[in-house]
Amino acid sequence: MTDMPIPGTARPTPARRSSLIEVDPRTRRRNAAEKRFRTYGAVAIGIAVVALAVLLATIIRDGSGAFRQTYLSIPVTLDAERLDPKGNRDVAEMSSVLTLAYGQVLDTALDQAVSGMDLQIQGLTEDDIDGLISREASAQLRSRVLDNPELIGQTVDVNVLVNGRIDGYFKGRVTMASAERDSNISPQQLMLADALAERDLLVTRFNREFITNPDASDQRPEAAGLGVAILGSLYMMLVVLVLSVPIGVAASIYLEEFAPKNRLTDIIEVNIANLAAVPSIVFGILGLAVFINFAGLPQSAPIVGGLVLTLMTLPTIIISTRAALKAVPPSIRDAALGVGASKMQSVFHHVLPLAMPGILTGTIIGLAQALGETAPLLLIGMVAFVREFPAGPPEGLFDPASALPVQIYNWTQRSDPAFVERASGAIIILLIFLLCMNLLAIYLRRKFERRW
Amino acid sequence: MYDTTRSEADVSQQDIKISARNVQVYYGDKHAIKDVNVEILDKTVTAFIGPSGCGKSTFLRCINRMNDTIDIARIEGEIRLDGEDVYDRRVDPVQLRAKVGMVFQKPNPFPKSIYDNVAYGPRIHGLARNKADLDGIVEKALRGAALWNEVKDRLQEPGTGLSGGQQQRLCIARAVATAPEVLLMDEPCSALDPIATGQVEELIDQLREQFSVVIVTHSMQQAARVSQKTAFFHLGNLVEYGDTNDIFTKPRDSRTEAYISGRIG
Repeated sequence: MTDMPIPGTARPTPARRSSLIEVDPRTRRRNAAEKRFRTYGAVAIGIAVVALAVLLATIIRDGSGAFRQTYLSIPVTLDAERLDPKGNRDVAEMSSVLTLAYGQVLDTALDQAVSGMDLQIQGLTEDDIDGLISREASAQLRSRVLDNPELIGQTVDVNVLVNGRIDGYFKGRVTMASAERDSNISPQQLMLADALAERDLLVTRFNREFITNPDASDQRPEAAGLGVAILGSLYMMLVVLVLSVPIGVAASIYLEEFAPKNRLTDIIEVNIANLAAVPSIVFGILGLAVFINFAGLPQSAPIVGGLVLTLMTLPTIIISTRAALKAVPPSIRDAALGVGASKMQSVFHHVLPLAMPGILTGTIIGLAQALGETAPLLLIGMVAFVREFPAGPPEGLFDPASALPVQIYNWTQRSDPAFVERASGAIIILLIFLLCMNLLAIYLRRKFERRW
Repeated sequence: MYDTTRSEADVSQQDIKISARNVQVYYGDKHAIKDVNVEILDKTVTAFIGPSGCGKSTFLRCINRMNDTIDIARIEGEIRLDGEDVYDRRVDPVQLRAKVGMVFQKPNPFPKSIYDNVAYGPRIHGLARNKADLDGIVEKALRGAALWNEVKDRLQEPGTGLSGGQQQRLCIARAVATAPEVLLMDEPCSALDPIATGQVEELIDQLREQFSVVIVTHSMQQAARVSQKTAFFHLGNLVEYGDTNDIFTKPRDSRTEAYISGRIG
């Protein structure tokens, strides 16, 4: 540098020889700036980590309860006179017996069990005892009997759901104090529940039905499950995968490798970028107008949801695929063309395999986005209350179904606090799905990644 | 090692492989190649020299129509390969490139095995009837590129794992495997160390026996070592074309003289 003293030259004002040991003010300022910047970065990361931790902790705290459920297990005598009045064990005739009768059978069984226990609970009425059992239980018992008519007349051990508030009592959501104020539950019932639990008649165990059951009405949160929603989401993802991947990848290959660069392709490019930024609810309105009102597809059907989500996912897939294709060094294209490969051969033999990790990652990220999308599905009727499982694909694609994020939204709208627990549980399931998809993306990226 | 004087007598009897007439190239508004006329001989190494940006690589890429891939490039005039205009509307550039192979500045093997790198061209052109045939072609090409002894035991290993010089020879083998009639080389040694450069230069001298080689180079020493004919490009013009010996010993144009003596470039 110019301020270095040059030996042998007589300078009018000899510059002070700078020492390496002492840090000059300029360097000190630069070091301080660097330190500040690092601190900002660390703080930013810290905030993000804390936010994520709080979010996850809250969801797990609120939602883990959904994976455990309280069941009542008592011996029930399946009274032939009530359940099969004709006495011929004919399923067709037995199905004319309504759940009401099964409810009575359960009530009788519980009444007997309780009266045999010699409990001293002041003001415990028969309605209190019967109210312990979930309204869903009689339907479950009925379908079990209809599946196996030979059970009639026997005394079988049944495992039935208890009322959501009793279940909440064992999870700490309902207390004696809150029961005083709650018209749906009485402290006597809680005392009874304690007594039953002491005798191992009420047990809390893993709730498989949360994943396999369909949704249930407002009055029976204990029976509500994600079965239809998971299946609906799965069907939609199937539609999205089958449609958006080939269309998106083909469109990107054409745009990136074959399309002439002119004003038309410029306009298309800008519009694809804009489409990615269109609010998802707009796609919902489009789906409602085009697929349901114009094309006449059924409401609440996974096919419509899938089509709408395909439209939403396409820009994401196209943008990431184009980026992946762009990242392939041009020397590879030159090499292929140089040995006389056609444009298509160079793309399919060399460029595409190299772009594969990027394409797969983009596709899976797009699918994950679609899986969590709620707003457009509300508009096409996926928010409906669906108890029936859709049929197997492909017909099932046209049957009404729900979807995971919509089910979460739906449950948070309901009054019973047990549904809040269910909604958080559903969020955990959704997050697990998203996590799996992201892990798959990472795995595929590693597997297909090649250096060049 | 490289006998450039020998060519004098041979050249006159040799056939013209490529003849370019009034070639103009435009990149958008830029006039990159201005009215180039040149005749390239068969079984000869022709070197294109000149300062950076003079259009020598551009002209080279016109010969196998690699400029077709650049949207804004526009080419006028005619380039005849064995008397047929490569820019004729009926010519398929893919077929042309099978006849006119190319080696690029940066070694660019495919991220595949060494074997597949060489076998790719013969496969897509259907040059081999069966596996044994293909094995033969691959071996011959690798021997032709003086690489066989180094890689014969690891043909299934990735081509990208070789050293820079080996990669470039692999690229030459890949180009040779499709049995071209002309081999274009765009500064093939610019990314190589002196030893690898020496190997590639030796190779070029051997390749001359089979076909016409056109090499673009920045190094005048290299042009003098490997070529029999030299063309000097300057600002898009072909300034001087002649026997390599004459160009370097008694240039006719003052610009050529200035370049070879290091005053421009």
